Amino acid sequence: MAHQVESERLVSVFAYPMPYEWSIGLYGSKFFQEIKQNRRFVGIRCNGCGKVYVPPRRVCGPCFRELTELVTLSDTGVITAFSVVNYPFIDPNTGAQRPIPYTYGYIKLDGADNIFSHIINETDLSKIKVGMKVRAIFKETAEMQGNIQDIQYFDIVA
Amino acid sequence: MDNAAIVGVAQTKYERRKKDQILADLVFDVTQAALDDAGLAIGDIDSVVTVSNDFFDGRTISGMAVGDAAGGEDKNISTVSGDGTFGAFYGLMRVLSGYKATIVVAHYKGSEGSVPITTNGMFDPIFQRPLGIDAISAAALQANAYMTRFGIREEDVAQVSVKNHGNAKNNPCAQLPMDITVTDVMKSRKIAAPLKLLDCCPISDGAAAIIIANEEIAARTKKKPVWVKGVAHCCEEYLLGDRRLSDPVALKDAARRAYAMAGITDPMAQIDVAEVLEPFSYMEPLWLEGLGFCKPGEGASLIEKGITPMGGRLPVNPSGGALSANPILVAGLARLIEATLQVRGEAGARQVKNAATALAHGFNGPCGQSHCVWIVGGKK
Amino acid sequence: MGRRVAIVGVGQTYHKSHRPDVTSREMIREAVTAALDDAELTIRDIDAIVIGNMDHFESINYVDTYSVEGSGGVMKPIMKVSTGGTTGATVAIAAYYHVASGLFDRVLAIGFEKNSESDTTGAIITCSDAIWDRFSYSGAIPSLATEATAYMEKYGATQEDAAIIGERDRNNALNNPFAHLQRPLTVADIMASPMLAYPIKLGDICPRSDGACACVLAADGVAQKITRKPAWFKAAAVRHTYTWFGDSTDYNKGLVSMQRASKDAYQQAGITKPAEEIDVAELYLPYTWAGLKWIEDIGFCGPGEGVKFVRDGNTHMGGRIPVNPSGGVISTNCIGATAMLRVAEAAIQVMGKGGKRQVPDVKNALATGFGGCFWSDVVILSTERP
Repeated sequence: MAHQVESERLVSVFAYPMPYEWSIGLYGSKFFQEIKQNRRFVGIRCNGCGKVYVPPRRVCGPCFRELTELVTLSDTGVITAFSVVNYPFIDPNTGAQRPIPYTYGYIKLDGADNIFSHIINETDLSKIKVGMKVRAIFKETAEMQGNIQDIQYFDIVA
Repeated sequence: MDNAAIVGVAQTKYERRKKDQILADLVFDVTQAALDDAGLAIGDIDSVVTVSNDFFDGRTISGMAVGDAAGGEDKNISTVSGDGTFGAFYGLMRVLSGYKATIVVAHYKGSEGSVPITTNGMFDPIFQRPLGIDAISAAALQANAYMTRFGIREEDVAQVSVKNHGNAKNNPCAQLPMDITVTDVMKSRKIAAPLKLLDCCPISDGAAAIIIANEEIAARTKKKPVWVKGVAHCCEEYLLGDRRLSDPVALKDAARRAYAMAGITDPMAQIDVAEVLEPFSYMEPLWLEGLGFCKPGEGASLIEKGITPMGGRLPVNPSGGALSANPILVAGLARLIEATLQVRGEAGARQVKNAATALAHGFNGPCGQSHCVWIVGGKK
Repeated sequence: MGRRVAIVGVGQTYHKSHRPDVTSREMIREAVTAALDDAELTIRDIDAIVIGNMDHFESINYVDTYSVEGSGGVMKPIMKVSTGGTTGATVAIAAYYHVASGLFDRVLAIGFEKNSESDTTGAIITCSDAIWDRFSYSGAIPSLATEATAYMEKYGATQEDAAIIGERDRNNALNNPFAHLQRPLTVADIMASPMLAYPIKLGDICPRSDGACACVLAADGVAQKITRKPAWFKAAAVRHTYTWFGDSTDYNKGLVSMQRASKDAYQQAGITKPAEEIDVAELYLPYTWAGLKWIEDIGFCGPGEGVKFVRDGNTHMGGRIPVNPSGGVISTNCIGATAMLRVAEAAIQVMGKGGKRQVPDVKNALATGFGGCFWSDVVILSTERP
């Protein structure tokens, strides 16, 4: 399609932060409190289907049911899937590049039925396998801020 | 148009900040409440529409955060990004296409994002956004254009704020029920001339849900079905300078088509109550003109003439309107919910006597670029 | 469900990595004009418009109001539907309901994206939950990579098996003048390409494209006056579940949303043997492994049979059920338009307008959309009026 007008091709740059302050909610907050106080995870059980969800949330989607039964878990789990990320990108949370390579992991926490996403502290492909046991490495309690980074990463345990 | 009715409604209380609840919590609350209101179970719902906006939520694919909580599991679920009146329209079209009952849920937390930045995002990125324009400054331009054209005084428009905040005292969901005077409005902090603080809506958190069903389902729900008599939407040009801001042509077109569907030839005579989206006080008279309730320029005199206050010939915004609570996206759906409550006779202290036919209105885009008009009534 | 609806015209831009010569609304106009020309209509004939994209790519709030000059929406009803990667399909489906409802006779559906205007990865990352997922999430690639590794683990599929999909789709693109990537890619090329997130290599993944697509939908009685061969909707199904990426409780259950959406679609269309009754499929495959896995979920073959089904040539041009004659998502990915391109390309096949990419004797065509938290949509179009 021929353009009727010829001109220079200019661009307009928009690069400023869009700040948000999201509520974690009562269910999510419980998860971080448990980490801070007891250095372990907590999930929530659906009395309809019996599934234990991490992080705890108010509603079991498939059952459309309100959840109330908190379940104490440990700090360990099993790798169900992982991917070593090798390409650079800007982290929208920080505006800076996220350090690579890093390993994105799907972890089934012991006692939970769904999958928890976090970082696995190993980027050598020959050393990670689906099925390996992992343990959460938390920050020092004094440094915890009540967010997902209070869990630094998961270490593979023998 | 086949018969379809609004059979269930729910709203949260609107507040400045709902810190304990995330969007999914709010959505679950209103979904449950709307189902209870209708006397239906989630299994009776076969289609879900969420009304979600990525900018406001700070999340691309904003519908993702609330699908489960809206009962979307293994159902046909979609998301309209725009005012709740448009989302409800999509829900209606699904019912008219064969679904039995659609739930439409809108959610918004103004407390979590930056309203100036996210509404600045509506404007043309090349020519307007860098100027810092946002919903308020654009509204101020429109107010200026409208009031100058017709010689409307700030005091005239301030009456809208007085009326609506006062009406809000009868609405347990409203965020800002207040007893104020024109003087209070005139003395309130200048925001962007001619808008002062009390001419503007608050920042709000909230959610609302509505269930639209076919005739068969409507026959067995708990409450009196409120039938959809007419509905239409229309959008005008985009750049503010391409539009005549004092002449809401898109609204006129939408109103004309909605009235035609509903068999309304004399809006003032045939409509008993109107809930219009007026986040800024001047918008109420401007939209009432666009809706054909009076001639252009006369909107601002309707309060003084006793027509639009409670007890008048055509009460407007018995709920307190958006001036009293404005969770964006939700607010239009709230207007439709209020219209429904009026026709049902369930509006409590804000009930308009013998409200048989009600109008609800919402809009999208800067200065009301795109409007949606609903006419609902008690008779099929 | 409601009135019968058909697609009577489609249009798309010539997709490119970068369109610095146009704004989003100008780009939209190209697709809209092409669709109207295809249907031999003018914008005056259009009763309503539905439009969608994925917001944070262009960072424009309310694209429906922003783009009216380009979409033709001035003084028309227009609404925006936005559901991430599935948007193009859900917009087409919303347009379908506009017509099926009886309220509108001729509706325009528009999907678009100017991926070049943003940081794609950053924009996608913000689809993840900010509190729980966003810290570790780095976009579609690693989460798809996790799905791929699980599949490889379970069924012994190899990277070479997956690469066949890439080779197939990129070859098909050579027949599609609109496709973004117009250079063939062999299995060897793909295997040699840089590893992005094991096992996904650059050659396994879709590009980022700037492009738009538009479809004109019309009601029964009206469609037949517009075109000799309308593409009738036989099914439209949407399944969007899960809020958090980890909510699929059994990672090896497969793409649950696709299983459910296709089941619903086949029921609507009265199809019991998809691989036999569907003549061509335009599948939203953002990466190669999807071409092995998701054809199981959609019922073309059984669980674990994907590799054999593909290696036997069933999905190549000339095969039993050619997949992605257009070149698919691996050749063109303008996100808000991508799922609509699947619907549009399926319509093109049904209407017999596929030119060099036409599959012979098409009666039923299937299109899918994918995006978000492993969501799926399925549309079935047919020469046969239901």
